[in-house]
Amino acid sequence: MSEPRAAPLLEVVDLARHFPIRNAFGLRTGSIRAVDGVSLAVWPGETLGLVGESGCGKSTLGKTVMGIHGPTAGEIRFGGREIGGLGRRERRTVARHLQYVYQDPGASLDPRWKVRRLLHEPLQIHTALSRAERQEQVEAMLREVGLPDAHLDLYPHELSGGQQRRVGLARTLMVRPSLVILDEPTSGLDVSVQASVLKLFRRLQAAFALTYLFISHDLAVVRAMCQRVAVMYLGKVVELAEAAVLFEDPRHPYTRSLLSAVPVIGGRRVTRDFALEGEPPNPRDIPTGCRFRTRCPLVQDLCAVESPPLRSTGGGLVACHFA
Amino acid sequence: MSELLSVSELSVEFTTDRGVAQVLDRISLAIAPGEVVGLVGESGCGKTTLARTVLGVLPAGGRIRGGAIHWEGRDLLRMDARLVNDEIRGRAITFIPQDPWSSLSPLFTVGTQIMDLMKWKSPRRGVTGTRGHWPALVRGYPGARRRADREAVLDVLRAVQIPEPERALRRLPHEFSGGQRQRLMIAMALLPRPDLIIADEPTTALDVTIQAQILRLLRDLVKERGVSVLFTTHDLGTAYELCDRVVVMYAGQEMESAPTDAFFERPAHPYTRRLLDSLPTAGGEIRDIPGEVPSLIGPPPGCRFHPRCDYATAECRARRPDAHAVEGAHRVRCYHPLSAA
Repeated sequence: MSEPRAAPLLEVVDLARHFPIRNAFGLRTGSIRAVDGVSLAVWPGETLGLVGESGCGKSTLGKTVMGIHGPTAGEIRFGGREIGGLGRRERRTVARHLQYVYQDPGASLDPRWKVRRLLHEPLQIHTALSRAERQEQVEAMLREVGLPDAHLDLYPHELSGGQQRRVGLARTLMVRPSLVILDEPTSGLDVSVQASVLKLFRRLQAAFALTYLFISHDLAVVRAMCQRVAVMYLGKVVELAEAAVLFEDPRHPYTRSLLSAVPVIGGRRVTRDFALEGEPPNPRDIPTGCRFRTRCPLVQDLCAVESPPLRSTGGGLVACHFA
Repeated sequence: MSELLSVSELSVEFTTDRGVAQVLDRISLAIAPGEVVGLVGESGCGKTTLARTVLGVLPAGGRIRGGAIHWEGRDLLRMDARLVNDEIRGRAITFIPQDPWSSLSPLFTVGTQIMDLMKWKSPRRGVTGTRGHWPALVRGYPGARRRADREAVLDVLRAVQIPEPERALRRLPHEFSGGQRQRLMIAMALLPRPDLIIADEPTTALDVTIQAQILRLLRDLVKERGVSVLFTTHDLGTAYELCDRVVVMYAGQEMESAPTDAFFERPAHPYTRRLLDSLPTAGGEIRDIPGEVPSLIGPPPGCRFHPRCDYATAECRARRPDAHAVEGAHRVRCYHPLSAA
């Protein structure tokens, strides 16, 4: 585990976020437990990967930390301070240090604003700088993310996908945050563009002393970028370990299946020996006990009765009775 | 030649607001019976346009400027369009789309939609020719053939592992998950008993564990039935899984074609090398390709990769290199191919 230097920058304790399901009359008939009792800590300067398949709750977790969704239960401590229950006004003082980069930058940049205005806006909200001072910072940041000055006068639709991501990132970095939540930062990018965006994330992390919460379904990218990785399945963390340990010696049967599903060039064809059958259960109808038991090769009677807690295995934490 | 499909010197351009985009530039590609060919490349390289041109469904604004597409020796571009529609498109050549969500109508049951396909494209329907028949809409669907088709549909649904196929036919598309819908699309592509399936990024929208299931299913079914596949993808890993041979495209030109193992182990084109190097590695090293993909409106002359290539010389700028063999079926269009070392 990371050395216990200072305190974690972000600490999430038993966090839950449920969404109600309502029928045609607006009556509540159940709930989707998108995030259901997640605890983890992010240490200053590290990149923590959060992986899992669609619907596992990884984006909901990121958005709940960010305050886009209010938590149903649990605590979110940022820099030692509880921020889960803050009101709008207090929240704004935290927002400056905690920033979120959306999955689809094309949709998260206002199509009618030029890059210049997009980059000025965060400074207008969070600082009292003069226009000239802001302009200086905007130009400096644009250079940091590797775009020419001429791009200040372009609209988002005139930029390529990789460039839009650079603008999205520049916008969040304008206010000098300490923690950046990257939600699927490379999905939809070609591999060569992805490589240059990943290089940029690394360079900016060093330049601005950033801590990343890196949410992705792409295991190869997570392996290359993250020091520690948490694997989620149906709203719960099933395994948390250092990246090298997790990828070399996965303990949870779900992590093993997930890793074995990724095609590795030069390796064995996964289509020859991939064994996981079925699809994840409907999140409104979660199995009792261990959530993975309906697809698990190691399943036994105990799994239906008792939900396994995260426990230490030496290398990391794993939530399985038999791993 | 023993080729099933042979595309030669095919050029396609699109008229856009900003000018004429040369989306395909003298592309040549051949597929043998039973062969699974991966067409890889980054967005905008023209792989989907090539797939659509072969199917004869180029979107509005697209125009074929030259070249030929030979199907079992006949040029599809110069054949009677009605004959192509009746015998080839949707029968001899079928299609698996990228997006299983928008490819089925939300208003009709899966059974209605599959039987509608079978009415026109069933292998039991004789070739009607083009003249002297009732207009298509008036012709009915004979009961005996309908019953035989329905049995075939249920067989194929079982083959793609759709649970309870009888019930599945009565359900609406939204009642299926993304992975199940992609299984339905595979079933629909197999039903006319095609010789070639064009699969356009069939697993891009799926999670990795579902992707692995679908790739395995697709591989088993096409090998068992001896169907050829043209599989377009931007994901090199899935090409490695599924394909016998891989063709890489860049900015509308095909650059290299090689048996899968040779392609990944001994790439000869500098672009292929760069592309493979830009994949994230376990060691965490990240290498990108300097520069950007060129605009297809006024693209670079000669080899379109030359502005980003370390080995570019005057002749690369002047004229596009011809394909030449590296070893066996491994062919590369480059004046300065990388040696195997």
